[in-house]
Amino acid sequence: MGYPFPSHAGETPVLSKYFGDKDAISLAGFRKRGGYDGLQKALSMTPAEIVDVVKASGLRGRGGAGFPTGIKWSFMKPGDGKPHYLCCNADESEPGTFKDREIMRWTPHALVEGCAIGAYAIGAETAYIYIRGEFTEPLVRMRDAVREAYDAGILGKNAMGTGKRIDIVIHKGAGAYICGEETAMMNSIEGRRGNPRIKPPFPAVSGVFAQPTTINNVETLAAVPHIIVRGAEWYKGLCLSSPKSTGSKLFSVCGNIAKPGNYEVTLGFSFKDFLYDLCGGPLPGRTFKAVIPGGISVPIQTMEEAEATKMDYEGFVEQGSMLGSGGVIVFDDQQNMVKQIARAARFFAHESCAQCTQCREGTAWTTKIMERIRDGEGTHEDLDTLFSIADNMTGKTICVLSDSCAVPVVSGINKFRSEFEALIKKPTFHPVTAAVA
Amino acid sequence: MATTAEPTTALAQPKMVNLTIEGRPVSVPEGMSILEAGKRAGILIPHYCYHPGLSIAGNCRMCLVEVEKAPKLAPSCATAVAEGQVVHIYTEKALEARKGVLEMLLINHPLDCPICDKSGECELQDFTYQEGPAESRLRDPKRFNPVEDFGGDVLYTTSRCILCTRCVRFMDELAQDTVLNVSERGDRALIGKFEGKELTHAWAGNVIDLCPVGALLSKDSLNKARSWELDHAPSICPGCSQGCNISIDTRDNTVVRLRPRPNENVNKYFMCDVGRLDYRWINRQDRVEVPLMRRGEAHVAADWDIAIPATAALLDGKRVFVAASPNLSNEALYLLSRLIRANGGAGAFTVAVGPEAPLPGVDDLALRAERAANGNGADLLGFRRAASPVEGMAAGDVLIVAEADASQISPEQLALASAIIVIGTTLPETLRMASIVLPIANYAEEEGTFTNLRGRVQRFFQAKAAPGMARPSWWVAGDILAALGKGDAYYLASEVFSAMAADVPAFAGMSYDALGMRGLVVSGGAQ
Repeated sequence: MGYPFPSHAGETPVLSKYFGDKDAISLAGFRKRGGYDGLQKALSMTPAEIVDVVKASGLRGRGGAGFPTGIKWSFMKPGDGKPHYLCCNADESEPGTFKDREIMRWTPHALVEGCAIGAYAIGAETAYIYIRGEFTEPLVRMRDAVREAYDAGILGKNAMGTGKRIDIVIHKGAGAYICGEETAMMNSIEGRRGNPRIKPPFPAVSGVFAQPTTINNVETLAAVPHIIVRGAEWYKGLCLSSPKSTGSKLFSVCGNIAKPGNYEVTLGFSFKDFLYDLCGGPLPGRTFKAVIPGGISVPIQTMEEAEATKMDYEGFVEQGSMLGSGGVIVFDDQQNMVKQIARAARFFAHESCAQCTQCREGTAWTTKIMERIRDGEGTHEDLDTLFSIADNMTGKTICVLSDSCAVPVVSGINKFRSEFEALIKKPTFHPVTAAVA
Repeated sequence: MATTAEPTTALAQPKMVNLTIEGRPVSVPEGMSILEAGKRAGILIPHYCYHPGLSIAGNCRMCLVEVEKAPKLAPSCATAVAEGQVVHIYTEKALEARKGVLEMLLINHPLDCPICDKSGECELQDFTYQEGPAESRLRDPKRFNPVEDFGGDVLYTTSRCILCTRCVRFMDELAQDTVLNVSERGDRALIGKFEGKELTHAWAGNVIDLCPVGALLSKDSLNKARSWELDHAPSICPGCSQGCNISIDTRDNTVVRLRPRPNENVNKYFMCDVGRLDYRWINRQDRVEVPLMRRGEAHVAADWDIAIPATAALLDGKRVFVAASPNLSNEALYLLSRLIRANGGAGAFTVAVGPEAPLPGVDDLALRAERAANGNGADLLGFRRAASPVEGMAAGDVLIVAEADASQISPEQLALASAIIVIGTTLPETLRMASIVLPIANYAEEEGTFTNLRGRVQRFFQAKAAPGMARPSWWVAGDILAALGKGDAYYLASEVFSAMAADVPAFAGMSYDALGMRGLVVSGGAQ
């Protein structure tokens, strides 16, 4: 539902059905609404059966990469004699994204249930839920929910009376964007600095505490109980465009738009209808200029591209961007794109973990140049330099933070070059003798 | 990576992988990195964070190479070799990527090479000259951070740091003393010290050598020399019985610093701070520079042609007791033992001891309690370990004090000797009554070998000229033997060594050529 606005008929509320419903937060309230039926059913199945159902449903990772969840789970080899771990990525640090927050605020037990099923399916006795440091309210809700679940015998040594052990540990992050990257998150859980690790080895081979680990997003795991209860065919049926993109997806909408909020639609929904109908279109007297559809690390779309987009993994790629985390940021005609991109670059420069040279230096350098252009001190040479730096920052580092910083810059200059040029008054660089801060 | 359990034997050979690097075929053990395989092919792939003695960080991104059929450039330090792999190091794509890294490393670097101690031996300089950009495109102010004292011998010049984290990894993994960390994020990041911690670990100074740029500097050698003014001689640290391989760096015949020299079998890439900083005595100016002979109450200078026959005359037909230093070379000790064998008598030595300080992350590497380089060699050559080096000496015997600590010998013992001959670098106050003083070179001024606590015989080379007429210790001992008619004079250390190898079973079959730069273990192994 379009929380905090009333649900729109075009939505498919599966995960967001109880957003705003205070009664759904508690265990009793959640159970009344069918909660833990999925776990009950899952525990009567074999792990392999669960993996097969999830595979058949076509569920793909909702954190950004869109990797098929069932296939990811099948990388965990049962009976290898090692402890397995499930890590739920609740770091949700991607700017413009706030869907996981609402799942945890309103339906914390849905995540507990999803984690429990996921842990059982991959042969893990322990699941970590890594919650972003800034998420104070979701943290409290999740802690309460886990405690309730333990008290009710849903978790623990004898989960739901089946004799199976499922433990859930809530781990609070310290507030770093990069800890949403799965290997950095694993380091953070281990108590180390949240630096991404070199892959290989991949987490399914050597993850948290060097044991086989699966990392799933909150939304992904929260969808699993529904798939278990209603079946893979039902989930697969939720599809409006590409058959490779199934199910419902939460989109967090923010920026210059009439009704910002969380909207859940079936994948393949028209982005044009989404923006103009569900979200109420632009503010009075304004027009849309651009959209970042999947969190700040995906390419900016012009309205032409956005309006032609089918909202699924393939549809966004066809129109020059990516589905990403589903964090839709809308810009209208009052916004200066140079200023917006400079701010995005500053964010990445602030959050770079400082391991890789190109990222540590490149994000900061990009920011310096972008802010100089924004302040009217830029030159035409700077645009070439920005492209060149972006090239050096793409595909050469341990993780993709560096690439992510280059993305809005490159797509921004390509698509809104006139705004850059309007701010550039000097053709070439002349040394300025200014006070150095 | 395959982890199938295969039956292994002690002699199991690693599976070899064949690949091509820059058109050169190489065959290397499975699991080796492309970077190490490149070294085998004779090509050094530029890198900063990688160091063979540390874990893989993969963060500098300098070692990117192109691997055929791979979608992206591969960090060669973190990419294992594979059968049939074709690696290109100097393609345009790889060169551009590395040039990009160098540009990024340099934008905030102060470029203060003219006042930087590292200049001339700096990997940032070297690779920038090799394949970096000629100009910076930075049009904005550079980042600046103040210099910080890291404690111990280490100074951190923050602005020059490229955050390769070699120092952090050394302290965490090998010293296992968590002092350093990466503080802050993004381009504000710097190497930080944990609250209340200092780089006071006995091995902490190695971070200076590990630093590929001029960020971590030795306070001891700060601003003392430009690297290109230094001469380097391979040597062995005489500080303890570990036998760490070192380089003696001299400027104008003066030792200005000691640095570790890799030896996989002894000290890997490291040396302790005690050994590193104990070098000023090598340059001491109060040396005996000419042979001295006693005339009445005073010593007078004499030529070697006079002093050696005079020494032989004193020794002729007398038992000889040698108080030797355990820091004399095998060569000198061997010839002194021949003298004892010829005349009768005995040889002994005392060893200073101190607290042991291991480098926990490396097997069998420590600052040893036995604070001398060649105690093991002295044992093998028949010298006794004794509290007093002249036990058993009777009236009328001759005492030779060969660089030994004279304070261990009592005045009563000295009075017993019919003659005292000093073979040494200096003349201690208590030996002023010596009949003859023969000046010798210290270990940095001569060539020779030491035998470490594991029985490894290792060569050291001459690093500086000996003062005045001082001669190598083995030369002096050989001349005395020859003057007594008990042996030949020697003019090369290698000849002494060969004679020893023919004579003493522990050294059988060894020669300077066979020892090479890594040394050999005596037969019978460790003592």
